[in-house]
Amino acid sequence: MAVAAKELQKKEASTKEVERTRARRIYSPNVDIIERDEDIVLIADMPGVDDKSVDVTLDQDVLTIYGRVDQEIPEGYRSVYTEYGIGDYERSFTLSDEIDRDKIEASVKNGVLKLILPKAEAVKTRKIPVKAEG
Amino acid sequence: MLWRRFGDYSDFDPWKEIERIHERMNRLLSAFTWDIGGEYPPVNVYVNSDHALVTTEVPGLEAGDIEISISGKNLTIRGSRKADELKEGESYHRQERWSGRFSRTIELPFNVEADKVEAKFSKGILSITLPRAEAERPKKIEIKTE
Repeated sequence: MAVAAKELQKKEASTKEVERTRARRIYSPNVDIIERDEDIVLIADMPGVDDKSVDVTLDQDVLTIYGRVDQEIPEGYRSVYTEYGIGDYERSFTLSDEIDRDKIEASVKNGVLKLILPKAEAVKTRKIPVKAEG
Repeated sequence: MLWRRFGDYSDFDPWKEIERIHERMNRLLSAFTWDIGGEYPPVNVYVNSDHALVTTEVPGLEAGDIEISISGKNLTIRGSRKADELKEGESYHRQERWSGRFSRTIELPFNVEADKVEAKFSKGILSITLPRAEAERPKKIEIKTE
């Protein structure tokens, strides 16, 4: 039980060399990465983020997802019990050459970011017919 | 007297001592992980003088997937999240996201007006506003001057 609980907690992102001007905590979102025939799908849990507050950037080989969360304590309320922290999200991935960079698609729904990374033509699985030699 | 006690190792076993410390540490640590979010989903609770606000992060759910019920001071949140549907030939490179059913009950700091509870779900965050029961609200007592 204790182990399972630990896995469900939000993980703070490892500190990077570049410092931020925004004084907020940064969490590393949990992701699923699924390989399909035509593409690779990346799904990230980023509650509090919508299509306007998420940034996907591709710099050389590095794909970075960043989500800004502007949720604060509602006015007039005070916090009495806290189990999860509120902050921004960031995580980076290194892409291989297999991805067709121009055709990456991103969408956000209910706090979940979905990225579709299409495979480049050259690497799509091709069936090679085997000829019988007579 | 003192010398004798230092010299006498018969009832002092350093290994046993280490074991005892280890055991105590373990107990301490397990209590710690239990405390910070032993259950899913994690919740935050805020209050003002006549409302409580409970927020929880449940990304990827639809409003219809969540069930909220109240009995007395207890608020229960239930729901489930489906795993990604994989077709043949598709495979996971990474699977970190959680899926399955959850049920979480938390005790509120006061009784609430169950019919006036409002819940909002947006961007994967559920916020439940619970008005404090009328009878329990703090009353202001006016002071009369004679």
